[in-house]
Amino acid sequence: MSKAQSALNGASYAGLAKVEETGLGGMITLRGDFASAGFQAAVKAATGCDVPGVRKIASSEVGAVAWMSPDELLLLVDYAGVDAVVAQISEALAGEHHLAVNVSDARACFAVSGEGAREVIAKVAPVDLAPGQFEAGDFRRTRFAQVAGAFWLDEAGVFHIVCFRSVAVYMYNLLCTSAHPQSKVGVYA
Amino acid sequence: MSTRLAKQGRLIDRSKQIEFSFNGRKLKGFAGDTLASALLANDQMLVGRSFKYHRPRGLVASGSEEPNALVGLGTGDRFEPNQRATTTELFSGLSAQSQNHWPSLEFDIGEVNSKLFSRFLTAGFYYKMFIHPRPFWKHVYEPFIRQSAGLGKAPNKELKDADTYEHFYFFCDVLVIGGGVAGLQAAKSAAATGAKVLVLEEKSYWGGRTPVDGGMIEGLEAEAWVAKTVAELEAMDNVTLRSRTMGAGVYDHGYILGYERLTDHAPGQGGPRHRMWRIRAAQTVTATGAIERPLSFAGNDVPGVMLAASMRDYVVNWGVTPGKRVLIATNNDDAYRTAIVLHEAGVEVVRLLDTRETGGGDLADRVRALGIRVECGRAIAKVADGKRVTKVAICAQNGEGGAREEVEADAVAMSGGWSPVVHLWSHCGGKLIWDEAQAHFRPDPDRAPTGADGKPFVVTAGTASGPLTLKAVMADAAAAGAKAAEAAGRPAQAVASIATSEVVEAQMEAVWLMPAKADIQLRMKSWLDYQNDVKVSDVQLAAREGYESVEHTKRYTTLGMATDQGKLSNINGLAILADTLGAEIPQVGTTTFRPPYHPISMGAIGGSARGDIFQPLRKTPMYDWHDANGAHWEPVGHWRRPFAYVRSGESVHDAVNREVKNTREKLGLLDASTLGKLIVKGPDAGKFLDMLYTNVMSSLKPGKCRYGLMCSENGFLSDDGVVARIDEDTFLCHTTTGGADRIHAHMEEWLQTEWWDWKVYVANVTEQLAQVAVVGPNARKLLEKLNAQAGGGMDVSKEGLAFMEWKDGEIGGFKARAYRISFSGELSYEIAVAASEGQAFWNALIEAGQEFGVMPYGTETLHILRAEKGFIMIGDETDGTVIPQDLGLHWAISKKKEDFLGKRAQERSHMVDPDRWQLVGLETVDGSVLPDGAYAVGNGLNANGQKNTIGRVTSTYYSATLGRGIAMGLVKHGPKRMGEVIDFPGLDGKIFKAKIVDPVFYDKEGEKQNV
Repeated sequence: MSKAQSALNGASYAGLAKVEETGLGGMITLRGDFASAGFQAAVKAATGCDVPGVRKIASSEVGAVAWMSPDELLLLVDYAGVDAVVAQISEALAGEHHLAVNVSDARACFAVSGEGAREVIAKVAPVDLAPGQFEAGDFRRTRFAQVAGAFWLDEAGVFHIVCFRSVAVYMYNLLCTSAHPQSKVGVYA
Repeated sequence: MSTRLAKQGRLIDRSKQIEFSFNGRKLKGFAGDTLASALLANDQMLVGRSFKYHRPRGLVASGSEEPNALVGLGTGDRFEPNQRATTTELFSGLSAQSQNHWPSLEFDIGEVNSKLFSRFLTAGFYYKMFIHPRPFWKHVYEPFIRQSAGLGKAPNKELKDADTYEHFYFFCDVLVIGGGVAGLQAAKSAAATGAKVLVLEEKSYWGGRTPVDGGMIEGLEAEAWVAKTVAELEAMDNVTLRSRTMGAGVYDHGYILGYERLTDHAPGQGGPRHRMWRIRAAQTVTATGAIERPLSFAGNDVPGVMLAASMRDYVVNWGVTPGKRVLIATNNDDAYRTAIVLHEAGVEVVRLLDTRETGGGDLADRVRALGIRVECGRAIAKVADGKRVTKVAICAQNGEGGAREEVEADAVAMSGGWSPVVHLWSHCGGKLIWDEAQAHFRPDPDRAPTGADGKPFVVTAGTASGPLTLKAVMADAAAAGAKAAEAAGRPAQAVASIATSEVVEAQMEAVWLMPAKADIQLRMKSWLDYQNDVKVSDVQLAAREGYESVEHTKRYTTLGMATDQGKLSNINGLAILADTLGAEIPQVGTTTFRPPYHPISMGAIGGSARGDIFQPLRKTPMYDWHDANGAHWEPVGHWRRPFAYVRSGESVHDAVNREVKNTREKLGLLDASTLGKLIVKGPDAGKFLDMLYTNVMSSLKPGKCRYGLMCSENGFLSDDGVVARIDEDTFLCHTTTGGADRIHAHMEEWLQTEWWDWKVYVANVTEQLAQVAVVGPNARKLLEKLNAQAGGGMDVSKEGLAFMEWKDGEIGGFKARAYRISFSGELSYEIAVAASEGQAFWNALIEAGQEFGVMPYGTETLHILRAEKGFIMIGDETDGTVIPQDLGLHWAISKKKEDFLGKRAQERSHMVDPDRWQLVGLETVDGSVLPDGAYAVGNGLNANGQKNTIGRVTSTYYSATLGRGIAMGLVKHGPKRMGEVIDFPGLDGKIFKAKIVDPVFYDKEGEKQNV
């Protein structure tokens, strides 16, 4: 629907790395018992993925699923189809204690790509971003300077960040500042 | 005089001349100079004035231990006080000003004063002198002391720092702090195991002081070995080398701060000036070297008196000599190296005084062979006062300073032995042992700082461990690197044996006072702490006055409390204290070492948090619209909410009055998106909410809403809001704007720690939804119009959506959830849509609402509307000491429930005391607005002779609806005193008279909201 607008309208900046707001993504907070076969089946049906390991993200052509806590997952699906997926999960898990809720509009999404991407993130997130330590499929729920955020690396070498929508401007300015062309650290290049 | 030498200077590039200025004087130096070496090259011996006595001071050291040469560096928005000349690399256009003098460095009034009065300025002087008469401190003493004391000037408060800063997180197996030969060897040993290694060096060059001191390592001159080793380490993928980066502090859990100075040597080149490295290291090796101790003799602070090894640094590294006729005093062999270096550079060494009757070892023989006069058992009695060294009186070390011989000299090199730099070892609890032979404290490897697993996480290497000879240093460093790597989980390795040259040195002698029995006149001129002007006599006086603890003595005398944290003075000071107390040095102990090792910039600590990323601002989806439409912003937590929408020609107060009247009479819109929205779901959700709220939530029917109160375990009102039951298992709890995260955490805490077996999940969906309150007599008309335009939608009639009901559906084509709830007393709908559609929805409301007189309203109007209705506000009527019963909210507290959070507490005697202040309305007799927070006074006086208070104002506003001031307040026995008039004294002496009334000022029957 054209009425729906992401927080920054796709703003982007090129410095040590390319920083861009990637628009609206479909996201579902799913809480439940990871060990339950029903739960695992519901996750698989919604995203095409198995429940990921601790601090991991699994992805398929249908969607992706990230580990948020011992009883919480973040499901990434198509924005337009979120409500249908939530309904499908709720139906599948009707007899099982769980919580599935659409959080797509609560979020802002960013991509950080290019040679300096690891260093740009390592300036603001307390995470070991050395190659080999953080690779495709890794996922962290952490903070970016003063705000909460989560990020992962995809197979194409692009970092994806999600944070709360209300702090989208802060996150964007923070990442752009970290990507200042004259602020290269030079340890991961 | 100090001057540039024709040769020498391994760090300078004589082909690159650099211009700079000192106190406005244009001077020249070379690339590679520090400000200190360049000043010496220009015969600028006098670099500052001391803190208390304004004594002329010169350079004492060549590194970060320098206490005197603090300057104001830069100008305008790049000005920074208290910068060390020794750690400031010279750059073109550098501008430095000396500090702490008036009217000029050369002639200073403070010095004249101190010569007249210095006998009064002893230890504890401030404590003793300025305590009486009491009022004098504020009006006379403090302004005077502030004028005369203090180091650098604060930067101009109107200017903002021109530079930027940043942080960087880094993780490694082994962090090596210090890039001297020991640090490099430790890094090499650790890296050989495959460990990920980071090496930090505070200076711009590698190798530390060994290339100056000389020696062969693995068959190479030290300098060549350093170059080769650095190249080897740089070539390794698992090693990162970082110069100009100081290890500033060691903290729990292997957290270490590194302070990188990126552009200090080239200001304005762009990019961040400093970078704070926030490092997590499995193991840390401190290869921080050692610091030479001064000797305590009279006049040891006269410009030209310098540490012997530092003088050697100036000659070898930068090709400058502090004098042409140098006298050396020492208690150990190392200072003989200075004699050799000076001699080789063509500087005359007029005398080498060795306190030891038996003299030195191999080096002493070499010095004698050069024809330098060496005198054993001799000492400096006094260096003549002045702005530079001219004459030195010498005497026997083992005496009182009599039978002096005068020698002409223009510089003095002193060495009192070496103390390992134990600061970083000690930051996190590493303990020290006293080494009698070297007369220094060194790290005790058996009592290292320990991590969460109880195992050591810091290892020392090289002279930082204690050993002072090259052979021992290299062996220690190789072992330290291997040990750290192994402790970090790498395979154990045999420690390589490193071949080095060897020099046989004689035993040093502990000398804490020179001469040993110096009389009081000499002791009053023997400086321990240069920067804070603490002398031998001050510490002795403190001891005589009963100060036995080194920590107390430190504070009483200010020894070691300056910006150098006593790097030169601590050991000498506590040795004097121990001697005076008749105690052993280890019994007296040391003061506590705290980070940072050396001062770091405030900018680096703040990092990139400045300007628009100083603090995150939370913005609702409609923020930009509000901003473009006159929003006068109010911070609510990290949110910014419109306080009012001010139109041109209006004051904020005018705007508020307009918004209030328009909402009551026509139609208002409020951006309520910031309200907390928590989904609580599960078979036990009802039971859970019954515990959290004071009333019953489990009985709520799906489709209905209920207002509820939450209290802390202590019974105090914590949050309030409307709960909607979505389905059998699911509730949506609204919280206050500021309470969303707090109440979410509160729920999770109870679920995770107490009721972990209850089947309840909570999710915070505050930001998923944009919420708009559509308020006023025309509210329904607007929604019906939108639905008509969209060709249908939710039934919003009184019957279709009754008061305190909610419904899902479409409004104006937007997928929405509408609540018939009212915080204003008017016909009101709160409508939630997806946050991404919030702006579009708002636009549709504004556009369609024109014919109904729609206006947005801000938080102040929200407050006034609720106050007119007598609705309480968390944070106004509550302050953490108020229980619901105080606010007349008994109706919202269940008497049927067996338990809820706060129930037990609310039964305590103090909580049921009828004397508790209770909520009432307040109307001023003259219609004016009561001052916020004003207290009501009653009869009589309290124990302090003050009038007794009987109540206070909690909310007060001008009500445009009623045309008068209205207020709520808590008043003793308030509800029983309706109609009484009580007094509220204002700040300006005016007494406000207010009548106690019902807190509901408007539409008490609630007819308007229920239409």
